[in-house]
Amino acid sequence: MNAEVRNIKTPAEQALVSAYEGVRAALPGKGAVAALREEAFNRFDANGLPHRRVEEWKYTDLRALMREALPLAAPPDAAAKAKAKDAGKIFASLNCRRLVFIDGAFVPEASDLTPEPGLTIGAMADALAKGDTLVSARVGQVFETDDAAVALNTSLMSDGAVIHVAAGTVLERPIHLVFASGETPSAAFIRSLIVVEKDAQAIIAESHESNVSQVNCALEMVIGDGATVDYYKATQTRGLHVASLLLTVGAKAAVNTFALNSDASLVRNQSFVRFAGEGSTGGLRGVNLLRGKEHVDTTMLIEHAAGHCASREQFKSVLDDSGHNVFQGKIVVKPHAQKTDTKMMTRVLLLSDEAEADNKPELEIFADDVVCGHGATAGALDPNLKFYLMSRGIDDKQAEALLIQAFIGETVEEISHEGFREAIMRAALDWLETRG
Amino acid sequence: MLLEIKNLHVEVADKKILNGLNLTIEKGQVAAIMGPNGSGKSTFSYVLAGKDAYNITEGDILLDGESILELAPDERAAKGIFLAFQYPVEVPGVATMTFLRTALNAQRKLRGEGEYSTPDFIKLVRETSAKLGVSQEHLRRAVNVGFSGGEKKRNEILQMAILQPRLAILDETDSGLDIDALKIVSEGVNRLRSPERSMIVITHYQRLLNYIVPDVVHVMSKGRVVKSGGKELALELEAKGYAQYTDEAA
Repeated sequence: MNAEVRNIKTPAEQALVSAYEGVRAALPGKGAVAALREEAFNRFDANGLPHRRVEEWKYTDLRALMREALPLAAPPDAAAKAKAKDAGKIFASLNCRRLVFIDGAFVPEASDLTPEPGLTIGAMADALAKGDTLVSARVGQVFETDDAAVALNTSLMSDGAVIHVAAGTVLERPIHLVFASGETPSAAFIRSLIVVEKDAQAIIAESHESNVSQVNCALEMVIGDGATVDYYKATQTRGLHVASLLLTVGAKAAVNTFALNSDASLVRNQSFVRFAGEGSTGGLRGVNLLRGKEHVDTTMLIEHAAGHCASREQFKSVLDDSGHNVFQGKIVVKPHAQKTDTKMMTRVLLLSDEAEADNKPELEIFADDVVCGHGATAGALDPNLKFYLMSRGIDDKQAEALLIQAFIGETVEEISHEGFREAIMRAALDWLETRG
Repeated sequence: MLLEIKNLHVEVADKKILNGLNLTIEKGQVAAIMGPNGSGKSTFSYVLAGKDAYNITEGDILLDGESILELAPDERAAKGIFLAFQYPVEVPGVATMTFLRTALNAQRKLRGEGEYSTPDFIKLVRETSAKLGVSQEHLRRAVNVGFSGGEKKRNEILQMAILQPRLAILDETDSGLDIDALKIVSEGVNRLRSPERSMIVITHYQRLLNYIVPDVVHVMSKGRVVKSGGKELALELEAKGYAQYTDEAA
């Protein structure tokens, strides 16, 4: 008897398969790119959406959560383009170079394409169609993974940003990738590539806002030797948002990432980070603010493949109502990656009895001369602190707000860029002010 | 009369702490409450400030003739009650200046008064903190974080000076203070003495009362006031100890 187990596809999986089959010929990129898509699609076709029996997706069962797959987004119409100028407010005060995407499609007329020496900006759709050499050399190769969400993204990737910062270039201003959605419920598969060459410096910000759409975005980023990159991601989306960061860091480089999720319905933020060269530093931080039935999953795989690198992972989450926060952080120290220094901390503040926090820090160490630590806490507000504040005349809600602000402030304060620090704190305060 | 405590009975986790406490504080009066460990002094201070977890089974607390039992701690603060904590808590992440300003404006708002402007507020804090020897550096730090015991107590008196309560409860403000700090804190308290302000000074030792001279002294034992008298009562206690009162109450 044939014992092969075949998954019965859910309606969403069936819809994704037919979506791919329907657009396969029209998707940008021939040759190697088409082969990459096909290979990724076959993986998706065989395994389906990730579910609770896949360890990395245990707490975010996408197969169960994704009841339907929305149709692929049509090109944005004039109304959506006109509305896009109001998107990305969170970083609006920062004098960024704005690159605007609606339902995943690049909108050049809404974007700032002023030339700058050492900076090349393009759209992924064009780059794939033209067989751009940078894209051909990197896409799907920055951090190889068999993750199902990445495979799905690779199958259906349509557009996104392609940014190249030449060696030694210090970008004049931050680049803000503004992702907005139109009115029609739809699905977008966004793929971006950012290459920051040797000794260059760049600040990249990304904001996502949408009402109802399903977004699967993947960003591949390569940070060259001696380069410095700050990367901020703010997600305030209704609908489904699955984001993958695939990052390789060279030698003596510095990278700091910060993710804010607030008023986001269903988010999976996954990072795959490799320290590939010696003497680099990395800070991966974030704040999640959840209420209602929101679900935010931060999953990261940090691979120290070279010695003398230091990484800090620090995440704070505030859960109200029935919010569900997931943190899975795995640090892998490869053999020979001696003198690795890592510290991972995740802390959750529970404001309600119905909230749920799943914290899973993991260490896998194959080198013997390393300093690696991790910690996880979950707890309620300290009633003694609250009483102290209230005894001074501060009301219940404001006392809680001050303590919550203090809780997340510790992580936000780690942002060295004053403008981004303030913008992110402002967004957090907005969340607190609208707390019921 | 500002404050009247009538036959107050309080339990914590089914343990009786206050057993029919009666006490009256006149307007402008400084009253010392002395008593041995476990006599219920600190519980009394928390109950006045409105901390929950205390079960009031009988009696009442009247401020200006009105019961405050149903008021939350912030509402009591706005009515002019201030507790200087025996062990001020550290509040990481909340800057002292933010804390002071939020508290002052919250109280003023509850009383229907206007908010302090930024320059006026900064001036108020500068002047008050200078008198108490609280440095600008301390004001920039998070509330009580990294403060020594003496600095925490000074910070309590600073808050009291800024919030200008009508009834201040000083819970063992002398504990953990060396003689120099005790003088600074006492001077700070004495500057705040006024015919409009009453104070309850809770202490084990007579020493503090050399600096903050009370109008009356009450002795507490086993959850009630067992003896009241003038300031000389404190000296008598210093000489003879509490044993006679704990026996009497038994």
